Amino acid sequence: MLNKQELSEIILKMVPEATFPEGTQLTEVIVPAEKILALAEGLKNNKETAFDYLISLTAVDFTTNMTVVYHLDSTQFRHLIVLKVVLTDRENPLVDSVSPVWATAEFHEREVFDLFGIRFNNHPNLKRLFLEDDYGFPLRKDFRDEINIIER
Amino acid sequence: MSEEIIKDVIVRENEDYIINMGPQHPSTHGVLRFEVCLKGETVKYLIPHIGYIHRGIEKMSEAITYQQVIHLTDRMDYLSAHINNEAVCMVVEEAMQVEVPERVKYIRTILDELNRIASHQLWWCAFGMDLGALTAFFYGLRDREQILDIFEESFGSRLLHSFNTPGGLMHDVHPNFQKRTKEFITYFRKKLPEYDQLLTGNIIFQERAKGVGYMSREKAIAYGVTGPSGRGSNLACDIRKIAPYGAYDKVQFDEILMTEGDTFARYQVRMAEMWESLKIIEQLIDNIPEGDFTAKMKPIIKLPVGEYFKRVETARGELAVYVVSDGNKSPYRVKFRSPNFSNLFVMNELAAGGKIADLVAISGSLDLVIPDIDR
Repeated sequence: MLNKQELSEIILKMVPEATFPEGTQLTEVIVPAEKILALAEGLKNNKETAFDYLISLTAVDFTTNMTVVYHLDSTQFRHLIVLKVVLTDRENPLVDSVSPVWATAEFHEREVFDLFGIRFNNHPNLKRLFLEDDYGFPLRKDFRDEINIIER
Repeated sequence: MSEEIIKDVIVRENEDYIINMGPQHPSTHGVLRFEVCLKGETVKYLIPHIGYIHRGIEKMSEAITYQQVIHLTDRMDYLSAHINNEAVCMVVEEAMQVEVPERVKYIRTILDELNRIASHQLWWCAFGMDLGALTAFFYGLRDREQILDIFEESFGSRLLHSFNTPGGLMHDVHPNFQKRTKEFITYFRKKLPEYDQLLTGNIIFQERAKGVGYMSREKAIAYGVTGPSGRGSNLACDIRKIAPYGAYDKVQFDEILMTEGDTFARYQVRMAEMWESLKIIEQLIDNIPEGDFTAKMKPIIKLPVGEYFKRVETARGELAVYVVSDGNKSPYRVKFRSPNFSNLFVMNELAAGGKIADLVAISGSLDLVIPDIDR
């Protein structure tokens, strides 16, 4: 089980651009969108980290940007880490798919695509999961639903 | 499969059949559709189609207060309602740095385990019924009724409790709670061996379950399969052990692990977990400390700005709640990582190459609850 200091040293070797926000509940890493796949592979295959279990993959719309959030766990060491990718392009958000690294990511990414409209490069089957094709992206903050008005 | 449950058969030029199983198929326990590609009787591949009861719980949560979010979590995995409630409560308590009274921790843990037993009982009923053993259904529901009666007496509701509130419980448990729970333990200790006599040892059942739907440990990790389904593949994924919450750090219990990874292993894990749950309740029920049933909480809960993440073990696996707060009285974003969502998508790996008749056994052994997948 590695602490924040040890994890950040390993990650900085893989991705020198990574930043580590202070005062968070879990260890968090913010990486550029083009580095996420390399970091995911590195964290899974490195023997010291062994992040083989993707707990959840989701996104948050902060109105100025869209952030894709990855929660990772290691079934061997049981340490947690949160990866974040900040996407400033709201019109055409695009990030590499991590489904080659964790099989479950394929479906979590489809959910994120369905609800946020974030597209994933090299995804094997990027189709909507819950909603119809012509529906908007409901978890975006600028989404307006004429029928069931949920403000916020 | 009989004629009427095969909804739609399309003949393709290479003689593959595409059959839609569901969305109204009895063995899917809800509105879920499997698009099954067949070659003869063998499943070539399977695609789950979901979203039939997508209610947008995550979106709705953004417009309501934290106390109200709890009531929505009941409607996800309705068979683990109490455990879902607790997950949201734990997020709020950690964010507000509220120390929950010991009494609450004990009662919550007991109720969690009662809830887990009730859920496994219903799974056992339905699994038996899926495989043609209708008697199992009556046996299971008869005993589940005892737990639901305890719930009804204490919280007035049987399925969707919403009994947890941030900081504690809605009100104290009924004075009869301890007595009736102890009665239930003695009662169920006698009845549980009947389950084994009726179904586990049945050779027809074993033939249908053993060696069917094999899932390796690596596959379980890759697909994020947790709960009894993952533990049937020797994956130690019990959050009660990894990150104990409530009173789980005060009790002795075993994490049931099986190495076979087939349908029968997943069945055995759940059967053994009912015994373990009884053990946990027994250790706590006589030692519930006196005290308040809730910590002092403000009527309007506003979480400090930040991001919070909590995990609990429901009857089906790991439920993780991820809350982003902007300091308002309703969350900025809530993500429910539901166990069934991840568990569902391993279906293709388990079913491909097997016979279509085994599909019902495999989906039954994963114990899917569809509202939890769609949210």
